[in-house]
Amino acid sequence: MTTTTRPPAGAGIPTDPAAPTPVRDTWNVMVRELRPVVRDPFSLIFSLLQPLVFLGLFGPLLVSGSTAPVSETLAWFVPGILVMIALFGSGVTGSNLLFEMQTGSHERTLVAPITRSSLLIGRALKEMGPIIVQAAVIILATMPFGFQVNWAGALIGLVLLAIFGVGLGSLSYALALASRKKDWLFWAIQQATLFPLMILSGMLLPLENGPDWMKVAAAINPLSSIVAAERALFAGDIASDTVVWGFIAALILAALGLVVGIRAMQKAR
Amino acid sequence: MNSTSTHSDLMIHASKLTKQFTVKRERVNAVTDLDLEVRHGELVAFLGPNGAGKTTSLRMLTTLLPPTSGTAVVAGHNVLTDPAGVRRRIGYIGQGSSAGHNQRVRDEMLSQGAFYGMSRRDTETRADELLESLDLAPLAKRGVISLSGGQKRRLDIALGLLHSPELLFLDEPSTGLDPQSRANLWQHILTLRREQGTTIFVTTHYLEEADLFAERVMVMDAGRVIADDTASALKSTLAGDLMTLGFESDRDAVAASDIIARVTSAEASAPSPLTIAVTAIGGDRLLPRVLRELDAAGHPAVTATLRQPTLDDVFLALTGRSLREEGEVAAETETGTTHGDPKEEVRA
Repeated sequence: MTTTTRPPAGAGIPTDPAAPTPVRDTWNVMVRELRPVVRDPFSLIFSLLQPLVFLGLFGPLLVSGSTAPVSETLAWFVPGILVMIALFGSGVTGSNLLFEMQTGSHERTLVAPITRSSLLIGRALKEMGPIIVQAAVIILATMPFGFQVNWAGALIGLVLLAIFGVGLGSLSYALALASRKKDWLFWAIQQATLFPLMILSGMLLPLENGPDWMKVAAAINPLSSIVAAERALFAGDIASDTVVWGFIAALILAALGLVVGIRAMQKAR
Repeated sequence: MNSTSTHSDLMIHASKLTKQFTVKRERVNAVTDLDLEVRHGELVAFLGPNGAGKTTSLRMLTTLLPPTSGTAVVAGHNVLTDPAGVRRRIGYIGQGSSAGHNQRVRDEMLSQGAFYGMSRRDTETRADELLESLDLAPLAKRGVISLSGGQKRRLDIALGLLHSPELLFLDEPSTGLDPQSRANLWQHILTLRREQGTTIFVTTHYLEEADLFAERVMVMDAGRVIADDTASALKSTLAGDLMTLGFESDRDAVAASDIIARVTSAEASAPSPLTIAVTAIGGDRLLPRVLRELDAAGHPAVTATLRQPTLDDVFLALTGRSLREEGEVAAETETGTTHGDPKEEVRA
């Protein structure tokens, strides 16, 4: 073994090590999280299986059960599926952290000189990548069947989805941190919240004809506002109250998620 | 540095480091009043059964766990007031697997370098060098999940060394490895120390490891350090040599027993009718005298063996319990502290 190229101990440390570098740390954490995705992009397509099943098996039912034209049904249905991708993709993302806590790689990052908040924010921001790619795939896949897209609205719609994903992803990570000693808790809470949230948002079936209590639940479900905003955006109804409410709901969720998630990460050991 | 001149040669200086947990509403002292001084370049082994408080001590020194009371200055920085300063200077190889299972081997090295603020080019050079020297180069593009246990452990070492830390903590580095991988691992640790003068702090419950590699052994039991010396000093002062002598007849053996006890000033026992055994410090010097006296008295020994003590004997002498039997007993106190402790914390 040669020693000539080997730096002396401590040589890898930058000259001004005292200053915390949260932005750089966040970027590095996000890059680490995105590496497996970039290395294996088909994993993104495979994880689209659930929304594709809903599209393929639920879509025809909606189309044939309605007197409206196909394009109108898809304009209602597809934006809901996009929110569903974000909901389930970001909802389970905490399980990656849970696994890393169990194997030991999370501990490695806790001993590294990175700010605790970056460990959470970097992971949460990473959520945007898969969501945007997957949503784009679904949009392109449904267009031949008559899904009509307003492109300006669609772009804003993707931004809205990304913000929602950051918020929900943060909450999912916080849940993982909270249930590190008992991983069943993570899955129990995750299952117990995601499905009711999905159904009570009018994502798959309209709730207008449902019982009153369901309408009340839907009205206070932030996901309803996001689903409604996505529908408006893809239909080109960009400058509408519906869109504003969607963004308000997503931003509140993102702020809440980040606060809760960062706190959980700062307490993590 | 901001440490005082008297401590400038100390890599680790802990005083009265204490950690209490609450388990089912009962306070458990995981570590009590740990005082510790490790100089630059030392290789220290922290020896003790599972649950002795080794991992908890290590987690406090590596900023993973705040102490209930007491303090520690590690690599010139206080673990309480400047954990970031400590983190920048130390390497840590925990009990778990450091690399993310969904990552590729070399990708994880690149992420690690970025975390420590190394430039992309420095990281790549150093990563490739380490992967090469740890026989991981052919696996650089493989997924971590597909590595064997020994390969994963070598990757842990590579990740821990990437930023060339001045001080390296290893928590049970060879647990679960086959003897060959263990020997290989230790070769890497010793090479690192020889070439870079890295200070190494390692916990282990393998006696042979502490015995073979560390010049300084700290024995921990029930949250306290109960001995701190070189392995050979511990053995020669705490656990004497076992001298066993065989005789041709009962008569010889009985008569010899008194002579042996007198010469060694220790209590002799008879494991079998024709055998007399005695444990005595400095047995190698006593044995020839014993044999001469036995010859002179007309009760010559026909066989003579001398077994030098192991650290297990040291532990037995210190605690009255065998280290090997301890394995399972106290495990409850410490399991789980590896990847996050399962207990509520008590803050002072």
